[in-house]
Amino acid sequence: MTQQSALRGPLLAAAFPLVALVAWHFTTSGRAYSLIPPPYEVGLELWDLAFGGIYDDAFSETLLTHALASMSRAYGGFGLAALVALPLGMLIGRIEIIRAMLDPTLQLLRPVPVTAWLPLAMIVFGLGPRSAFFLVFLGAFYPVLINTIFGVRSVEPRLFEAAAMLGLSPSASFAKVVLPASLPSIFTGLRLGLGLSWVVIVVGEMTGVQTGLGAIIMEARQLSRTDIVICGMAVIGVLGFASDKLIMLFGQWLLRWSPQHG
Amino acid sequence: MVEPILDVRGVTKRFAFNNETVTALADANLRIEKGEFVCLIGPSGCGKSTLLRMVAGFETASEGELLMWAKPVQGPGPDRGMVFQDYGLFPWLTVAKNIGFGPAARGRPTKEVRETEKRFVEMVGLTRFADAFPHQLSGGMKQRVAIARVLANDAEVVLMDEPFGALDAMTRERLQAELLEIWERQKLTVLFVTHAIEEAILLADRVVVMSPGPGRIVADERIDIPRPRDPTSPEFNELRRRLSGLLAGHH
Ligand SMILES: Nc1ncnc2c1ncn2[C@@H]1O[C@H](COP(=O)(O)OP(=O)(O)OP(=O)(O)O)[C@@H](O)[C@H]1O
Ligand SMILES: [Mg+2]
Repeated sequence: MTQQSALRGPLLAAAFPLVALVAWHFTTSGRAYSLIPPPYEVGLELWDLAFGGIYDDAFSETLLTHALASMSRAYGGFGLAALVALPLGMLIGRIEIIRAMLDPTLQLLRPVPVTAWLPLAMIVFGLGPRSAFFLVFLGAFYPVLINTIFGVRSVEPRLFEAAAMLGLSPSASFAKVVLPASLPSIFTGLRLGLGLSWVVIVVGEMTGVQTGLGAIIMEARQLSRTDIVICGMAVIGVLGFASDKLIMLFGQWLLRWSPQHG
Repeated sequence: MVEPILDVRGVTKRFAFNNETVTALADANLRIEKGEFVCLIGPSGCGKSTLLRMVAGFETASEGELLMWAKPVQGPGPDRGMVFQDYGLFPWLTVAKNIGFGPAARGRPTKEVRETEKRFVEMVGLTRFADAFPHQLSGGMKQRVAIARVLANDAEVVLMDEPFGALDAMTRERLQAELLEIWERQKLTVLFVTHAIEEAILLADRVVVMSPGPGRIVADERIDIPRPRDPTSPEFNELRRRLSGLLAGHH
């Protein structure tokens, strides 16, 4: 009984991709002029990208370099965004005058999509990794900021009363009450921001950087190497998924006290 | 005359509400001596919570003054611990850490805080749950934690706003008995708000009856029945009748 239910989740999750893979195989393999390469060719290419030894072309054994370049930009841009957005969100959320000064401007800039920033970023930072980094920063910034502001503003008033009645000084209440109480929202912001930074990194790397998963996808497209395009997409999916799982694990530990998370 | 621990003198509280002023409490006078167990009863909206919150220091009086040991109450403080109906526990802290919050906040040495936590976790019978988080506890257990954290902080006065209102009858009876026992042992002064006449007669040395529109104190009855009190005894019933009458307004 328990074994059956333990297997149920993974089986259900695997069923759809397996069916898709089979469909992919039967619609593409054996056709000379198929635009989409069949799955095993993509698999071979993925192996060659990662370890070489099959085709020995310009792409062989380059996957790690590209993946690391993308990861460093995604995590770097995300880290910088968190570093700015967390304290800024706390200040905006808790200090009336800062909120009055900054909130309207930030809200006005928020609807501008990251892709609309791309030309301006390229003008200011030039073609290259700095533009990509900036775009990731921008993409991750707002989710972290908005959720931090929401978190620090929506602390139950009862908890401040409880803390004051137990003798906590008002100056300590930020660290002892506001911060822990807003952790669930802050965590939600970080998770959304990290997810977005993977979305944005690919757009950012399509603007003329040499390395990165977005860069090889663009380069392979120009060379009509659809197999590499698909490999790039798959790797981005897996890395984004893995980083979300990691941050979820961290969140489960951090918020183990919360009925919604722990 | 003994100096009262709490002295409420001519206290009126008005709230601004939709461009109107609501008088939540009018000219309340109440003296409480150290060690007394006083219950406030009255219909909804008669200002019980308002009075309690002013003693706690969460609200300020519009008129009159509130004194503790002859000194004006200025803001909340650990000498007056409050037990909320909705518990007000810190969800991110374990049972033990919730209980140790006050001593830690007041800068007691870590070793002493640990000992205090242990002692009061034991006192309210939650040793097995010392490392549990509030959401893993039943309502009765949460309320025990809320009481323990106030006692662990050496509160002299314990303010309780319908603390057992959300609990089932059996849990409520057990906590009432535990509270009385702790009150006697620790020589606490308790100001306890309730809707239930029975609960007031069961617990209190004095029952203060309030009435609404505007909120005011209409009677102050001494309960001389020896404890433990039997709710089926004739004296208990006699008091119940009298207090019901006072609550209904025939006095
Ligand atoms: N913050 C506030 N702003 C405006 N009016 C308030 C506020 N707090 C209380 N009041 C008003 O004061 C009156 C007394 O409220 P209070 O909460 O003290 O009553 P209560 O006796 O505790 O009632 P209950 O038994 O329902 O808890 C009510 O009319 C209420 O509407
Ligand atoms: Mg009330």
